[in-house]
Amino acid sequence: MLGMKLEDMQEFEIDLLLEAIYFRYGYDFRDYSKASLERRVLHRVQQSNLNSISEMVPRVMHDTEFFELFLRDMSVTVTEMFRDPKVFHKLRQEVFTQLKTYSRVNIWHAGCATGEEVYSMAIMLKEEGLLDRTRIYATDYNNHSLDIAKKGIYPVEKMKLYTESYIAAGGKASFADYYLAKFGSVKMAESLKEHITFANHNLMKDQPFAEMHLIVCRNVLIYFNAKLQDRVLTLFKDSLIARGFLLLGDKETLDFSEVKSYFETFNKKERIYRRLMHV
Amino acid sequence: MFEALVVGVSAGGLRALTEILPKLPKGYPLAILIVQHRHRDSDNFLTEHLNELSSVCVKEAELREAILPAHVYIAPAGYHLLVERDKTLSLSIDPPVNFSIPSIDVLFQSAATCYKNRLVGLILTGANSDGSQGLKFVKDYGGFAIVQAPNTAEVDVMPRAAIDLVDVDKVVPLEELAAFLTQARFKQNSTVVREKLDE
Repeated sequence: MLGMKLEDMQEFEIDLLLEAIYFRYGYDFRDYSKASLERRVLHRVQQSNLNSISEMVPRVMHDTEFFELFLRDMSVTVTEMFRDPKVFHKLRQEVFTQLKTYSRVNIWHAGCATGEEVYSMAIMLKEEGLLDRTRIYATDYNNHSLDIAKKGIYPVEKMKLYTESYIAAGGKASFADYYLAKFGSVKMAESLKEHITFANHNLMKDQPFAEMHLIVCRNVLIYFNAKLQDRVLTLFKDSLIARGFLLLGDKETLDFSEVKSYFETFNKKERIYRRLMHV
Repeated sequence: MFEALVVGVSAGGLRALTEILPKLPKGYPLAILIVQHRHRDSDNFLTEHLNELSSVCVKEAELREAILPAHVYIAPAGYHLLVERDKTLSLSIDPPVNFSIPSIDVLFQSAATCYKNRLVGLILTGANSDGSQGLKFVKDYGGFAIVQAPNTAEVDVMPRAAIDLVDVDKVVPLEELAAFLTQARFKQNSTVVREKLDE
């Protein structure tokens, strides 16, 4: 019985923590799916030698460095280059041909985390002759992740997997052309970085900032409840030009969203949607 | 009254699940959630195959789906499957746990927090120790813990690890599991008689 009571308290404690964070810093995690969030919070309790989630409340309120740790925990996602190569292949084959009809192209990677997919996109754009007229806006709410993304330095051990995925995604050159290997790390080529703007943007509260031709937001919405998903998808809808594209993660869909009627399904399996001209 | 059954299975899972699920009756009172370890590029063969053979509905778990009795939800390859407190499903691509995504521990822990003493946990064949911690959670929150008898497992590492760590309620040979899971006592919490495992 003790365990059960503690467990009920835990739910309450998490609500307290999220309220405190919202009050103190304006980051609103209250509409996150709770099950994953709870795991991350409990992990932090353990890592920081705390006795309970409640003990995180005063720490978060008074210790901004501790809050940075929390933010970091919250934005840990597993990302990689050309994740789900078929999706990138489809983008290259079907979406890029459409993007080529514009003289300037804006792409927004929302929730770019440590940037692996952003560089993947830049590589593909380069191979399709699109990079020179493209600006990629790569955003995340976590500055720590953004710093890694900006540096574009990744462990060399990952390059075998990334190379395989690059080829599976229809890569046209040698993947090694796009990075420099040094001291167990690789650094992505400057020629790719020149076309990427990394910026802090918070999907939970910030507004549209430019007109986009393509928005990529993969495996971010899975962490949100229906309300927050709708907020974010509305933001994407408002940011896209007519006939602009939206790419989601392979378990994410517009089917249950308020903005569904503003989009058509461009490719169901790869979760590519297209903003309708007139709604 | 038990509401849900969580199942963790790894190497040898296809055979084990094929032995159990088709024997469950239509209208089975529990919802069933399964983590089967497999490569993240796996296709949907496992789910379709089991659905064809079974009278309960076997499907891949979908984001924010409501959990229903007589339904079997299988964690999609490459995603953790979690249960929210409002009895809906969540997916995540958080880092692997026990080198596994999906991880059995992740499913069991979140299900235990939701269902507490209305949850049954079952560990089947496998070659690692994912699921042991999760099964302990199930017990800690008042649930019922079952492990496949190791000598009936294609690979016995996972059942053995669970038995070593957890004070399990019942160890059942594979061929008797379906019958055990459909027994009346799984409908009535109050009539459950805990059987201790002989050391």
